[in-house]
Amino acid sequence: MGEAKSHNYTINLGPQHPSAHGVLRLVLEMSGEVVERADPHIGLLHRGTEKLIEHKTYQQATPYFDRLDYVGTMNQEHAFVLAAEKLLGVVVPPRGQMIRTLYCEIGRVLNHILNITAYVMDVGGMTPILWGFEEREKLMAFYERVCGARLHANYFRVGGVAFDLPAGLLEDIATWAAAFPKVLDDIETLVTENRIFKQRTVDIGIVSREQALDWGFSGPNLRASGLAWDLRKAQPYECYADLDFDIPVGKHGDCYDRYLVRMAEMRESVKLIRQCAAKMPGGPCKVEDRKVSPPPRAEMKRSMEALIHHFKLFTEGFHVPAGETYTAVEAPKGEFAVYLVSDGTNKPYRCKIRAPGYAHLQALEMMTKGHMLADVVAVIGSIDIVFGEIDR
Amino acid sequence: MSFINRTARAFLLAELVQGLACTLKYFFFKPAVTINYPFEKGPLSPRFRGEHALRRYANGEERCIACKLCEAVCPALAITIDGETRADGSRRARRYDIDMTKCIYCGFCQEACPVDAIVEGPNFEYATESRAELMYNKAKLLANGDRWESELAARIEADAPYR
Repeated sequence: MGEAKSHNYTINLGPQHPSAHGVLRLVLEMSGEVVERADPHIGLLHRGTEKLIEHKTYQQATPYFDRLDYVGTMNQEHAFVLAAEKLLGVVVPPRGQMIRTLYCEIGRVLNHILNITAYVMDVGGMTPILWGFEEREKLMAFYERVCGARLHANYFRVGGVAFDLPAGLLEDIATWAAAFPKVLDDIETLVTENRIFKQRTVDIGIVSREQALDWGFSGPNLRASGLAWDLRKAQPYECYADLDFDIPVGKHGDCYDRYLVRMAEMRESVKLIRQCAAKMPGGPCKVEDRKVSPPPRAEMKRSMEALIHHFKLFTEGFHVPAGETYTAVEAPKGEFAVYLVSDGTNKPYRCKIRAPGYAHLQALEMMTKGHMLADVVAVIGSIDIVFGEIDR
Repeated sequence: MSFINRTARAFLLAELVQGLACTLKYFFFKPAVTINYPFEKGPLSPRFRGEHALRRYANGEERCIACKLCEAVCPALAITIDGETRADGSRRARRYDIDMTKCIYCGFCQEACPVDAIVEGPNFEYATESRAELMYNKAKLLANGDRWESELAARIEADAPYR
């Protein structure tokens, strides 16, 4: 009889595993059912977005941002248009700013609904996703009414937004915002105190404040660890400074706190949506500078000068003065930023994208080490990763 | 007191019973929100960006003047146009191809078009059995335009104040 030897067992989770939230390939080294090492393999959804953008004009680059984090699409566009506006020195009219804020918050709710409900489904609860998707459907209808697409919006433009809000939309959004907290209450009745959910999430994947900072966390994951850092408050952009909202903060930094923070954030977003709908100023929704934003169609068909501007903008685009900027926004998943370098031409010289999910994913091993295999699923669900932005 | 309260709730499965009651409330008292898809459809706004179409003027003449603005603005390089000057001196497209597998439905082509020729229509049900069928040529796009013209015109009119 030889000596009994125990080996670590290596298993492959994903990339087709439903709990991998996209195309995450996770190589796990297991000792029995305990995770010894978790090695995320990424890049299966790499499309070379950053390089592509270098070959597109500034206007043509916006649709590519929808395809990064394809859950909260307009928030990504927002970072890029803010960066380009900073280099151009363009000031967006108040209505344009408010529309953008409104749609960014709608995007945040869209993202958190998907994350929370899919996360609950990962740990065994089927019902919330059915209720949540009903609300997502309504929100995507708002997207569709304003820009013509339910997901890949391409709505924000350098200098404002593409089109003004159609009549009646604001009222419908306000009606929805009044009814939505009730749905959140119902989902919370099912999930928040549920002992099965708590057994799967409380004290799982704890990230302390220091660890969160060391690993470059941002957004709800950072706030769940107890640090009240939110770019909307810390360095207000757009019209967040004029709006009243709170930053929910967690205490323990475990999976359960990350769930609670997102739930509370949705309520804050609804508050913001209500304020935006109530305070929506009149006036133009994009800058009137014809060197940056195209003239209205009616004018383009009447005036020769407008037609020339139209042709110039849709072929050559606009030239952005040489310079560089790091512009960050508080996307639903965390700090999403664009580092834009312009060399004075009509195309970005470099467009580095800072995706929050990337930083969160690299901490996966730290969070799952010593936990059971099933807890890996809970942790992946709770850090809210989408591969469009991680692989870019 | 809170200990007794908590223990009692734990033993009586209070939160599970509450959750189940909530589910049953939805099950019995909430009207269904699903629609019977091929027979019922959700609403679409006039801005919806679906399948492309090339439109004609009321007299039957093609609108497209092969200015190639859509070709230039297309981020996915999905559009290919060849222009020609006709015998009557008018400039028209000889070839107008859209590779629908490349198209990202951003809507820049219809925004760019100065004569409202290329539009993204309300149709989203054009799945095909082969890839080759998604390489649209001018005839196919014009046929789309003829088929959807009444709706396309209504959509453009409805959305004109915002564009």
